[in-house]
Amino acid sequence: MAIKDWIRERFFPHIWCPGCGHGMVLNALLHTFESLGISKNEIVMVSGIGCSSRISGYVDVHTLHTIHGRALAFATGVKMSRPDLNVIVPMGDGDALAIGGNHFIHSARRNININAIVMNNRVYGMTGGQYSPLSGYGTLATTAPFINIDHAFDISRLSMAAGATFVARTTTYHTKQMSELFKEAILHEGFSVVEVLTQCPTYFGRKNKAGNAVEMIKSFKNNTTQIGSKAKEQNPDLIERGIFLQKDLPEYSREYDKVIERAKTKKR
Amino acid sequence: MAKAKLKQHHINRAWCKGCSICVEFCPRKVLELDKKDKVVSIRPTDCICCRLCELRCPDLAIEVESEKAKEESSELT
Ligand SMILES: Cc1ncc(C[n+]2csc(CCOP(=O)(O)OP(=O)(O)O)c2C)c(N)n1
Ligand code: SF4
Ligand code: SF4
Ligand code: SF4
Ligand SMILES: [Mg+2]
Repeated sequence: MAIKDWIRERFFPHIWCPGCGHGMVLNALLHTFESLGISKNEIVMVSGIGCSSRISGYVDVHTLHTIHGRALAFATGVKMSRPDLNVIVPMGDGDALAIGGNHFIHSARRNININAIVMNNRVYGMTGGQYSPLSGYGTLATTAPFINIDHAFDISRLSMAAGATFVARTTTYHTKQMSELFKEAILHEGFSVVEVLTQCPTYFGRKNKAGNAVEMIKSFKNNTTQIGSKAKEQNPDLIERGIFLQKDLPEYSREYDKVIERAKTKKR
Repeated sequence: MAKAKLKQHHINRAWCKGCSICVEFCPRKVLELDKKDKVVSIRPTDCICCRLCELRCPDLAIEVESEKAKEESSELT
């Protein structure tokens, strides 16, 4: 199939602002689908609310547009009833880790085979640039005009501590790595988290004088490095990219099948 | 394997939002924005078909068609 065969062309041009990183995540994800050689019928995308969450509406697979922060809860329902399907949950940083933080840690803890993609632009884009739990200390936002004093989560460390069995990070600059990580995450049996550092030039960029989309993407190139690189030793401030964790643990929907079998065979 | 040679860029002017991401990150400076802030291919002969413009475009507005890709697809059919 061609990339265009994976989208709902009638909704294009899409609603995202010029240079919004969410479109680059969409682009990379379509290339992942293309390279996996799976059919549209085997994929379900479930999302909540936010600029990022709009991504599901553009992809011509099974899609579910649910409520803010709760996409993982709906996705858990889908996965438990149809464990054979690939369930992908793209989320904004606010969607995943502010309102949805509880669903996030418990999905990770259960190790249910869902692929969470966190499109981290460090802001609530859709509602006008409020700070999120990922904005970080010292940033500016419409709700922190004098400076944000909240510290940011480290999504990778949080995911690992909560029990996710595949944890990775990349950026919109590293588009090929992004497609590859999505692919590995989808093939992984268990809860996977791929964080993508992405740009919201309209709110985060403007408020923080981070420049336009191009400059923000360049900063992802300059401020990140591959996990375990020499550059990281020399400059500990660099943000690492790549796979932090990949391990096998019993997967939730399969374990539940075993519970069903036991319930059927054992007398009460 | 023969090196890919550009056949043409397919630019969807209705979808292009003029963000200039493809322009800035093209290693050969093949692309530019026109007066209407839509991307145009101004040095197509310099294109090395790396496809970075196509992969990075947030709007799926530019595609690279290369000779080799065409040969391959005709081999398949
Ligand atoms: C229950 C509920 N609370 C609040 C909102 C308002 N709301 C919509 S999107 C959003 C945050 C979006 O931020 P993020 O998830 O980071 O996505 P982005 O727009 O940045 O991609 C909020 C607070 C809502 N829709 N529903
Ligand atoms: S407000 Fe920000 S996140 Fe939302 S579409 Fe615009 S650039 Fe993207
Ligand atoms: S990256 Fe896409 S939307 Fe941006 S200028 Fe190039 S073709 Fe247009
Ligand atoms: S394929 Fe590569 S060299 Fe050719 S226009 Fe696109 S980015 Fe430039
Ligand atoms: Mg956000």
